[in-house]
Amino acid sequence: MTTVDLTQSSVRELNQALHDLPKDATGEWTVNGTKGEHAVACGIDAPLDVTINGHAGYYAAGMNQQANVVINGNVGVGVAENMMSGRVHVKGNASQAAGATAHGGLLVIDGDAAARCGISMKGANIVVKGSIGHMSCFMGQAGCLVVCGDAGDALGDSMYEVHIYVKGTVKSLGADVVEKEMRAEHIEELGNLLSEAGVDDDPANFKRYGSARNLYNFHIDDAKL
Amino acid sequence: MTTKHPGLIENPTFRRDKLWEIDRAAETGIYDIRGGGAKRKVPHFDDLLFLGASVSRYPLEGYREKCATDVVLGTRFAKNPIHLDIPVTIAGMSFGALNANAKEALGRGANKMGTSTTTGDGGMTPEERGHSKTLVYQYLPSRYGMNPDDLRKADAIEVVLGQGAKPGGGGMLLGQKITDRVAKMRTLPKGVDQRSACRHPDWTGPDDLAVKITEIREITDWKVPIYIKVGATRTYYDVKLAVKAGADVIVVDGMQGGTAATQDVFIEHVGIPTLACIPLAVKALQEMGMHRKVQLIVSGGITNGADVAKCMALGADAVAIGTAAMVALGDNHPKFEKGFNELNSSYGYYDDWHEGRDPAGISTQDPELAAGMDPELGGRRLANYLQCMVLEAQTIARACGKNHLHNLEPEDLVALTVEAAAMARVPLAGTSWIPGQDKY
Amino acid sequence: MCGIVGLYLKNPSLHDEIGKLFAPMMVAMTNRGPDSAGFAVYGDEVSEGIKLTLQHEEADYLWHELQAELESTYGGAVQMDVYSEAGAAVLKINASEEGIRSYLETNHPEVSVMSVGVSIEILKGMGLPEDVITRFGLAGMKGSHIIGHTRMATESAVTTEGSHPFTTGMDLCLAHNGSLSNHNRLRVELQREGIHFNTENDSEVAAGYLTWRLQEGDTLKQALESSLDVLDGFFTFVVGTQNGFAVIRDPIACKPAVMAETDDYVAFASEYHALADLPGIENAKLWEPEPATVYSWGGDAE
Repeated sequence: MTTVDLTQSSVRELNQALHDLPKDATGEWTVNGTKGEHAVACGIDAPLDVTINGHAGYYAAGMNQQANVVINGNVGVGVAENMMSGRVHVKGNASQAAGATAHGGLLVIDGDAAARCGISMKGANIVVKGSIGHMSCFMGQAGCLVVCGDAGDALGDSMYEVHIYVKGTVKSLGADVVEKEMRAEHIEELGNLLSEAGVDDDPANFKRYGSARNLYNFHIDDAKL
Repeated sequence: MTTKHPGLIENPTFRRDKLWEIDRAAETGIYDIRGGGAKRKVPHFDDLLFLGASVSRYPLEGYREKCATDVVLGTRFAKNPIHLDIPVTIAGMSFGALNANAKEALGRGANKMGTSTTTGDGGMTPEERGHSKTLVYQYLPSRYGMNPDDLRKADAIEVVLGQGAKPGGGGMLLGQKITDRVAKMRTLPKGVDQRSACRHPDWTGPDDLAVKITEIREITDWKVPIYIKVGATRTYYDVKLAVKAGADVIVVDGMQGGTAATQDVFIEHVGIPTLACIPLAVKALQEMGMHRKVQLIVSGGITNGADVAKCMALGADAVAIGTAAMVALGDNHPKFEKGFNELNSSYGYYDDWHEGRDPAGISTQDPELAAGMDPELGGRRLANYLQCMVLEAQTIARACGKNHLHNLEPEDLVALTVEAAAMARVPLAGTSWIPGQDKY
Repeated sequence: MCGIVGLYLKNPSLHDEIGKLFAPMMVAMTNRGPDSAGFAVYGDEVSEGIKLTLQHEEADYLWHELQAELESTYGGAVQMDVYSEAGAAVLKINASEEGIRSYLETNHPEVSVMSVGVSIEILKGMGLPEDVITRFGLAGMKGSHIIGHTRMATESAVTTEGSHPFTTGMDLCLAHNGSLSNHNRLRVELQREGIHFNTENDSEVAAGYLTWRLQEGDTLKQALESSLDVLDGFFTFVVGTQNGFAVIRDPIACKPAVMAETDDYVAFASEYHALADLPGIENAKLWEPEPATVYSWGGDAE
């Protein structure tokens, strides 16, 4: 177990130490004294267990690969942005752009996520136990976004193929988004995600939303004289 | 009438190409999309001339007396700045817009001349990294294919806010070019008409960009230079803000800069000429005491060594070429005239690269057409072209008495037109007059 | 582009420490705003007459001469507290706002009026936040609430005049993070309505717009809500009012805003770490304001 106190050492030193480990390194790291610093534990590429005690700033666990990161606090903009694999668990709330452009792995947020949750997501799974803000999953391409609370305005605007599951109310759907049928494969997929995220809830309580696919190609008329 | 009518007179407001465009719009209901940069004539480098040596200045002998061309980029914060042998780099062009053979050719050519290439929207291909000794990795709003492994493989990272062809716009790749491979790299369904976001997803504004740059430096352990690229608009303010946001290098791309695909109205009506943006960028850097400390790369319609020398004289540290590099590879070459005719075009005029049917085999994903693009030959041709550009620039610099391209200065230049004089802030030839009072 | 911080004390026993609590919040926003800084502190309320904050380019401006002149013109005591290293002074005078402004404009155009009210003082200057607040002795100040701003200038010059917060009326001020896109035309329209501008700054136009709406009889809430339709661009606004403050974000809400509330205070910051050293922050309610919604504390924007 390695313990780091950010009131005594810097984020740079912490990140360098984490980056210097080989790609198959395991072990537990505890980071104390976090007071909203940016880029804490970003760029990890090893199956470590990292616990951050305190609120983190922007881009906590940014571009995470393989690591299991738990943040006992809130996080700023872009937690786990562009994550490739691994797991990031925020015990508090997340600010904007949580899980932005993430390709893989699982992001769990126990509290609420603010605007643009899952924006441009590219294959990761995001489970929010609370509610999410407006413009979430904007231009979302792939992966799953699960929301146990409510969703704000313009959910999934201009999205591609993300599976969005919401249990609560959706303030409004974004451009080209419609409610979709929950078939057996969706129930199964959602059930697995809820279980992975440690959420005890019935998939049948959720609705699925997705792209109507009307924006996929430019509409060109042919009004020749 | 006893005299003969002088003939048909075209209405300049409703020229026939404008009529054609209205007809097209009425037929399709959508904007015209094409590739390339601004086609209309704007004040450009050809409107500037050098004052060569005579009695008050003495020239350097060619070949024997050196005129150095090297440049170091990224000295501000990076542990590993980039050393280039020549101040001409290859601008960002995406795999998707170009095919793998073309990207490989660019890498080969750049290597031979000791300069860098740049990835584009869509991410880094292994061929590109394999064939390019110095590779700049673009970090774009779309984040297609973006991943930390590639980020760490890069020699520099270019955070793209915009490009000259479409400042304020995002990328565009039409369905016919979204092949299996492209679709997989970008995590998109095959065949969609892809439009990229125009803003970054997780930051907006230079104050938040500063935090994003910190994150990228953290992930790459502060090793590599971070560039910020902007399309030329409010360049004076943009460059100051880029410095404040933490850039090592700033890239400014003028309106003549090309794109593979965007709306024609964007290309022609948004952004300012390359000539106009350089003095603005340099002034901004000088006022902050950052000229030569934060390096400036300029692009947008650079075609020959004279253009390179003029950019350097106005204060740039280096230039980037995109369209010109493609032409060197064979884009729009007369050899493919039959193919161009089949597409209702002709060599030198073709710009529908977004359609993916390029007879030159450069901006197409069609395997048959792409096979016509030989990467080794292309690499040789690009290297030759770069070499020629640098020789031309050196010739001019020596004639102005300079032993390094960097020592060219604005006072070595005069302008042929009032517009060029005002934009470049050099006097009209034969006078000491620089038109315009600016608030910058 | 900038950083904004704000602190509103619910607990009066903390009034003596407001500067001590707030100074580190300003410094925490240095990276967001290295060019210049400013703050509006509310306290030391005058019971008679009004209070103005004045600034001059030169640190050694002869404020006491001005004081003597005002005393003889207005007859009656005039108080002038001078910040000797900062070219600023707080003037307390028994006069109308219009009267004293007009007098100064006519007779002393070299002096800028930064704020007018009964409790507000707006102090700003160029340089790093740490330097600016040291110049004014912020750490030792007392008051009930305070708004601060650190500036990264976008499209206008770095000057004291261009720094935030901007005055928008008696005991009112505005700080802005973001970038407006239609301020140039709006400035011309507001000038026709009699609003004065000293800079090319977009934020000054937003402040001028609010001033105009309030002069026209809008409540602060109405004025802020109407700004959502009239102002184009990106903004988080923090408005200081006589008894509290208000917050509003544009409908797209890209610029950051973090709020913290305990029994003792309500705090605002562009980034959480500026709040991290406030007492009781570990148990504070932390949230982000929703877009296009007016939030207010102190009762002035209900």
